[in-house]
Amino acid sequence: MTDSKSNPVTRRYLLLATSGVAAVGVVGAAVPFVQSWTPSAKARALGAPIKVDISKLEPGEILGPIPAWRGQPVFVIHRTQAALEILEKEVDDLADPLSKKSTQPDYAVNGWRSVRPEIGVYLGLCTHLGCSPKYEPKVQPEPFDSSWKGGFFCPCHGSKFDLAGRVEKNLPAPTNLIVPPHRYETDSVIVIGEDMEIA
Amino acid sequence: MKHGLRWFWAALISVLSSFAFAASDSTWEMESMKPDLNDVESLQRGLALYANFCIGCHSLQYQRYERTANDLGEIPHNLVLENIIFTDQRIGDYMTTSMSEEDAKNWFGVAPPDLTMVTRVRSPKWVYNFLKTFYVDESRPYGVNNKVFPNVGMPHVLLPLQGISEEVCYGYATVDVLDRLNAFDEAQKEGVTDSIDRLQGRELNCPEIRVIPDSGLYSVEEFDQAAFDLANFLHYVSDPSRQQRKALGTWVIGFLVILLVLAYFLNREYWKDIHKDKPE
Amino acid sequence: MTESTNRSGFISRCQAWIDARFPWTDTLDRHATKYYAPRNFNFWYVFGALAFFVLILQLVTGVWLTMSYEPTGEGAFGSIEYTMREVSFGWLIRYLHSTGASAFFVVVYIHMFRGFAYGSYRSPRELIWLIGMGIYLVLMAEGFFGYLLPWGNMSYWGAQVIVSLVGAIPFFGPDLMEWVRGDFVMSEITLNRFFALHVFALPGALVVLVFVHIVALHHVGSNNPDGIEIKAKKNEKGVPLDGIPFHPYYTVHDFFAIVVFLIIFCAVVFYAPEMFGYFIEKPNFEIANPLKTPEHIAPVWYYTPFYAMLRAATFPLFGVDAKFWGLVVMAGAILIPAALPWLDKSPVRSIRYKGRISKFMLGMLVTSFIVLGYLGTIPPSPFATFVAQVGTMLYFSYFLLMPWYTRREKTKAEPERVTG
Repeated sequence: MTDSKSNPVTRRYLLLATSGVAAVGVVGAAVPFVQSWTPSAKARALGAPIKVDISKLEPGEILGPIPAWRGQPVFVIHRTQAALEILEKEVDDLADPLSKKSTQPDYAVNGWRSVRPEIGVYLGLCTHLGCSPKYEPKVQPEPFDSSWKGGFFCPCHGSKFDLAGRVEKNLPAPTNLIVPPHRYETDSVIVIGEDMEIA
Repeated sequence: MKHGLRWFWAALISVLSSFAFAASDSTWEMESMKPDLNDVESLQRGLALYANFCIGCHSLQYQRYERTANDLGEIPHNLVLENIIFTDQRIGDYMTTSMSEEDAKNWFGVAPPDLTMVTRVRSPKWVYNFLKTFYVDESRPYGVNNKVFPNVGMPHVLLPLQGISEEVCYGYATVDVLDRLNAFDEAQKEGVTDSIDRLQGRELNCPEIRVIPDSGLYSVEEFDQAAFDLANFLHYVSDPSRQQRKALGTWVIGFLVILLVLAYFLNREYWKDIHKDKPE
Repeated sequence: MTESTNRSGFISRCQAWIDARFPWTDTLDRHATKYYAPRNFNFWYVFGALAFFVLILQLVTGVWLTMSYEPTGEGAFGSIEYTMREVSFGWLIRYLHSTGASAFFVVVYIHMFRGFAYGSYRSPRELIWLIGMGIYLVLMAEGFFGYLLPWGNMSYWGAQVIVSLVGAIPFFGPDLMEWVRGDFVMSEITLNRFFALHVFALPGALVVLVFVHIVALHHVGSNNPDGIEIKAKKNEKGVPLDGIPFHPYYTVHDFFAIVVFLIIFCAVVFYAPEMFGYFIEKPNFEIANPLKTPEHIAPVWYYTPFYAMLRAATFPLFGVDAKFWGLVVMAGAILIPAALPWLDKSPVRSIRYKGRISKFMLGMLVTSFIVLGYLGTIPPSPFATFVAQVGTMLYFSYFLLMPWYTRREKTKAEPERVTG
């Protein structure tokens, strides 16, 4: 009965190998369960790109009713010339004026964070905890800021963004408003959810 | 297993072997049809046929165009939008029919059924044979009847492709038929009505259908292929993850076999302790 | 060196901290490392562990299915197809659950057969047996309620037929039937309550019963293929001479069995999840239609032996119609194994040492159960009904004649120590 001698070394290695492979199996078995929580085909179909018509959007206005992309509000704004000048000058108080830490497509990394200077497209959710900021375009003293230059104000925790969606320094929101992927199908129709083809 | 329950296994096997027989009550002898989900071209042709001839009435309400396009060889979405979707539906939409239920009830009496899972309710073979066995029958509202689905309330939509097909009937004088007629008389005397119905059925003596040559766009072979493509496509739609499932299964079982070998040796290693001090 | 002693010192301190507050080490000892199981467990003894494994599998996949299921008449059927097609790996989770249901019954039936063969129900294990019967009943109810949830046409009509059974009870049957359904037909209202029972009440009951089943088992100790009491012979430390620690010997053993089981199980899940219409019946791919009965209604295979016995009752007796007797026969067939501890009068426990009649009767029980199971899946015919009637008689005779034949037959002498 030579082969019925137990060998502590073999046993140890076998135990390690079996546990290792079994652990891989457990992780593998967990994958479908984790994966099943990702957005389903239904959620993705509902989150398909949307088209918005901006032909009636006058300078200083925000597109209403606010369109929803993937169930999230999207702010489409038409900036006035005066507002664009303010955007260019008032950069000292901004946390991320060059949009280095913020989320936006490459074609929106510029001084006004959009494709066309006068039209801005932003996800209407504060980057702090996801409240929807209010559109306050007028340059006038506001209860929350005596030297308000126009922009978005989040009533939940007081974050302030300018009209390019850039966040002010030393406020709860860490980064600028997100710019969703979008492209101009025609001059007056924007497709939100599809990237602009860069020629 | 010295004391293994050998007699039990013997009994089990004898019982299981008696299950081999199976019952079938269909009178029409169906041609065999084996779906082939690896034949992407067939599936694509099936999709095109479905979009042209079927989806006007029969929805595939649980299946999306996008999934179908991606699964059937990554068909570009704009191709699908141009050639498959004839309504204003989007690529991410379900493959529903544009016919309203109300219209359907007015036209056909009942709403044509959704076919997403028809091959799971019936079988791909059934669908294949169903598509092939329409024949002229003036007694029916649409002038056609069907061999595998007698008295179906549906016109022969593929008629332009298949052409006109007719029953081939043989006379009543065969011995077999005479026997049946005698049985019929007996049954009638005894008042067994359900067997009378069955014996009166015309399919008893019309065992074939034949297509009138050149009455359709397709030759017999081409039409067989079209019917195959449609049935094959519906087989895909009935369970679109089937291929993915089988592929994944190979990996999972392969992995388990490795684990099995390890578990076997680990078990043997530990049990050496026990077998060692076993009284010989 | 010092590092490793430090670390183990930390672990043992953690353990002491927990043990002072919760009997952790004590529990492990009692149920694993110092639970002495007979050394001669054979093939038939892995099915308890497998049943436990399948229970966990069903609980986990069930929770995940609930996440995309919609318990409404409008949405239920579609939500299953949504899970199957649109949720990532939803098809896998669904097939694991549907195949798991059948696998559960496979392992539980074999586990029960093991108990029949080796007399595991005999004193002092009567309570384990009764708790086990409780588990079996809850499991049958769980399977029945669960089968309605996909809201397919077989779901609907299967439930309709079984609920109608309640109507066979004299006097208050029809009212009771309405009460169970909460409606005049099977409807969304019925679906809602079945859903609640299937996902909350019965799994909870199942977990509690399984826990109690195991606690009771570990209290009296396991039986073994020889049917002799290993606790009768102990060494000076009080450890049974033929006992070995459950951990590691039976944990590695059961682990091996689970891998074998998983290979067979996965082969079904990945290659034949419908199991040719035995696990998921064809009409269930059609939405429930109260106006269209499937051509042939058969319950899922794990109920068919009892369904065949139900149908075998075709004649009225004592002025009560056959429908009621069918119900009585079926209920009796399901419940009668609970009486085994008191029916078996043999001086020995295990089939190994019982006489020829017992062996014959057990073989006949299994055969009639399988034949009845098959008959329950096919449409009734005069011949099939006759065979089912004979099968029913044979099934009951195993139990009802047991006091007689176990006393009468000649048994072999049990060994002093376990064999094999």
